[in-house]
Amino acid sequence: MRVKSYQRKLDIKNGCIDLSHGSGGRATTQLVLGLFHEAFGNEWLARCNDQSAFGVRSGRMVMTTDSYVVSPLFFPGGNIGSLAVHGTVNDVAMAGARPLYLAASFILEEGFRLSDLKAIADSMGAAARAACVHIITGDTKVVERGKADGLFISTTGVGVLANGLDLSAENARIGDRVLVSGCLGDHGVAIMSRRHNLAFQVDIVSDSAALHDLVAVMVAAGGASIRVMRDPTRGGLAATLNEIAHQSSLGFRLQEEAIPVKPAVTAACELLGLDPLHVANEGKLVAIVAADMADAVLAAMKAHPLGCDAADIGEAVADHHHLVQMSTRFGGGRIVDWLSGEQLPRIC
Amino acid sequence: MKYADEFRDKTIAQGLARAIGTEADPQRAYRFMEFCGGHTHVIFRYGLEDLLPANVRLIHGPGCPVCVLPASRIDMAIRLAARPQVTLCVYGDLMRVPGSQGQSLLRARALGADIRMVYSTLDAIRIAEQALDQEVVFFAIGFETTTPATAVMIRLARKKRLKNLSVFCNHVLTPPAMQSILESPDIRALGRAEIDGIIGPAHVSAIIGTEPYGRLAKEFGEPIVIAGFEPLDVMQAILMLVRQVNGGRYEVENQYSRAVKREGNHRAMVAVSNVFELRDEFEWRGLGPIQDSALKLKRPYAKFDAEARFVMHELPVVDNPACECGAILRGVKSPVDCKLFGTVCTPETPIGSCMVSSEGACAAHWTYGRGRDYQLRRA
Repeated sequence: MRVKSYQRKLDIKNGCIDLSHGSGGRATTQLVLGLFHEAFGNEWLARCNDQSAFGVRSGRMVMTTDSYVVSPLFFPGGNIGSLAVHGTVNDVAMAGARPLYLAASFILEEGFRLSDLKAIADSMGAAARAACVHIITGDTKVVERGKADGLFISTTGVGVLANGLDLSAENARIGDRVLVSGCLGDHGVAIMSRRHNLAFQVDIVSDSAALHDLVAVMVAAGGASIRVMRDPTRGGLAATLNEIAHQSSLGFRLQEEAIPVKPAVTAACELLGLDPLHVANEGKLVAIVAADMADAVLAAMKAHPLGCDAADIGEAVADHHHLVQMSTRFGGGRIVDWLSGEQLPRIC
Repeated sequence: MKYADEFRDKTIAQGLARAIGTEADPQRAYRFMEFCGGHTHVIFRYGLEDLLPANVRLIHGPGCPVCVLPASRIDMAIRLAARPQVTLCVYGDLMRVPGSQGQSLLRARALGADIRMVYSTLDAIRIAEQALDQEVVFFAIGFETTTPATAVMIRLARKKRLKNLSVFCNHVLTPPAMQSILESPDIRALGRAEIDGIIGPAHVSAIIGTEPYGRLAKEFGEPIVIAGFEPLDVMQAILMLVRQVNGGRYEVENQYSRAVKREGNHRAMVAVSNVFELRDEFEWRGLGPIQDSALKLKRPYAKFDAEARFVMHELPVVDNPACECGAILRGVKSPVDCKLFGTVCTPETPIGSCMVSSEGACAAHWTYGRGRDYQLRRA
C-alpha cells in the first residue's frame, strides 16, 4: 500500500539532491516513492520492502552485476539510465539466457538536479519495460558535493537459462566462425563527441540496446553450435576477441574488409587517432559459432532489426601465442592487440 | 571515407607493389629509412612490408617526438607538476612516457598532481583563463608540425595579457636530426645503419617545405622522397626511391604534393620565427646532444618560458642499459634485437619511450607485428 504523502512535494523541476535524501529519513522515502517507484512501477516495488521475492523457474539461473560511471551522463542515443539497463541485460543475455529481474543502486552527488535524475530514472524504466525485465529492488545513497561525478548507477541482473546451453569463453574451437551483430564503435564515438574538451559534429548515436531478443533468435537457429557470446563494450572488439583467444587457447584471423564500421565512425577515429576495433559498443555482440551452423545463425541475425548489419568477420585458428591477427583491407597482415591504457590521442 | 579511401585502394596498392617488384633489382638490397613515426605506424597498420619484395626493407627512424625526448625532460615536468600552484597541460601521448625510476605523468597525476590532457594549445589558454590563481604550464613538444600552434598560443597569451600561462618548450627540428643520423661519429662508432634512401616527413614538410632536405640529399648522396601518411603514399614513395637508387640519383622528390609545397607554409614559419629561436644544444634520446636542433623562446617572450619562471633544472638520467631505444631510434637495431622487448618492456610496463608512443617503433612492432616478430626470433 502506498504511504500517503504528508510533506511538501518533490520539486522535480527546480529541486536538487541534498544530504537529507540519503539520510534514510522521510526525504529518502519521498525520493524513492516519488521518483524511482514512479519510473519503475511494478508489483514488487509497490510492496516497499528492502528486498523482493520471486519464483525460481526450472533450468539454471544466471546472475551478473555492473557499474555505470559514464561521462557525460546524457549522450546521443541514450543516457546513463538506459545504459545501466541495457548493459546488465546484455551481460545476462550473453549466456544465452532470458533476463528477468534487475536490482539498481544509485550513488548520488549532493546538488544533482532532480529533473536530470527523473529523466534518467524514466529512461531506465522505459528501457526495462521495453526489455520485459523488472527492476524489483534498489538502493539510494547520497555523497557530499565533489565526492561523485553527479551520479553512479550499479545494476545487478538475474535471468534464466532454460535451454541447456553452456556458453563460455573457453569453448571456442579451431575452425569456428566469428560473427558480429553490426557496425562497431558507435557508442564510444557518440560519447567522445560530447566530451567537453572534444566536442565535434558527428551524426552518430550510441548503439545502446538490449540484445536478449536477438540472442533468443540466434539460439533458436544455432543452439549448442554457438560456443561463446560476448558484448564488446570497453576495449571494443579487440579486447573481446583477445580475451576469448586466451581463454580458449587459440588465435583468431579476421578479414578487415568484412568488419562493419560506419563511415562517420571511421572518420571520427581517424581524426582522434583511434582504432574503431578498440572503441566501445553497447548494443553489439560477438558470437563464436561452429562453422557448419555459422551461415544459419548469421541469417537469423540479419533477419532481426538489431542484427541487420551482422557479418562473418573471420575464424578461430591454432596459435599458441593466442594472437588476434587480421588481413588488412590493403592485402597485408597485422595484429589486433588489446588496448593498452586509456585511448589517447596522438599529437602529430 | 572521402579523401582517405582513395589513398587506401587495394588495387592501386597491388599495382604499386607489382611495379616495385619489377623495378627493384634482385641483385641488390634497398634499405629505406622512414623518418617519421607516423610512417612506421602506417606501415605496420596496413601490413605494407608484406607487399614488398624481400630485398626492399624498411628501417624505422627517430621521427617520433615523444620517443626522442630524454627521461630527464619528463622528470622536469613531473617535478614541476608536483608544485601545488602548477597546472600542467600535456598532449595525451606524453602521459605514459617513462621518466626515471618508473615515474610517469600518469602516475604523478594519480598521486595528486594537476595534469590535464589537452587536444590543442587553445585548451591551455582556456584553462589559464578559468584558473587565474593557478600557474598553467603547457608542455610543448613536437617537430615543426606542432610548433606553429605553440607560437600562436604564446602570441595569444600575450595579447590577452595572461600572466599565469607559460610554456615548457621541447620543440625540436627535423633536418638536424636527419643530419645526425647520416653523419654522427657516435653513430658511425655503433655501426651506422646502412640507408639507401629516406622516406621524408609528411606534416613537418608541409610547414618547412622540401628545400631544407636538399643539402642533406646532396651532401650524403641519399635519395629523399617526402611522403604522405596514407598507405598508398608510402608505397608510391618507395617506388620513387627504388627508381632514384636504380638511376643513381639522389634528389629530394615530393610525393606528398597535395599538402607539401617546395617553399613550405610561409605564414607558419613566420609565426614560429617571431616567437622562437635556436637553442645552442638539445639532448635527444638515442641521438645524444645535437647542436642547433631545438627551439627556445625569444627574449621578448622570455616571461612565458617555464624553465626560467620556475628555475627548472635538467638532471642527468641514466637509461636502463639493456634498453635499445637509442640504437632503434638511429635505425641501427630493430625492436626484436632488444632483450627487453616483449619481456619486461611492454606497453603496460614500458622501459623506453618507443614502447609507449603510438608512433614508436617498439609500440608499432608490439601492437601490429608481434606474430611476425616471434617468427623472426625463432629464425
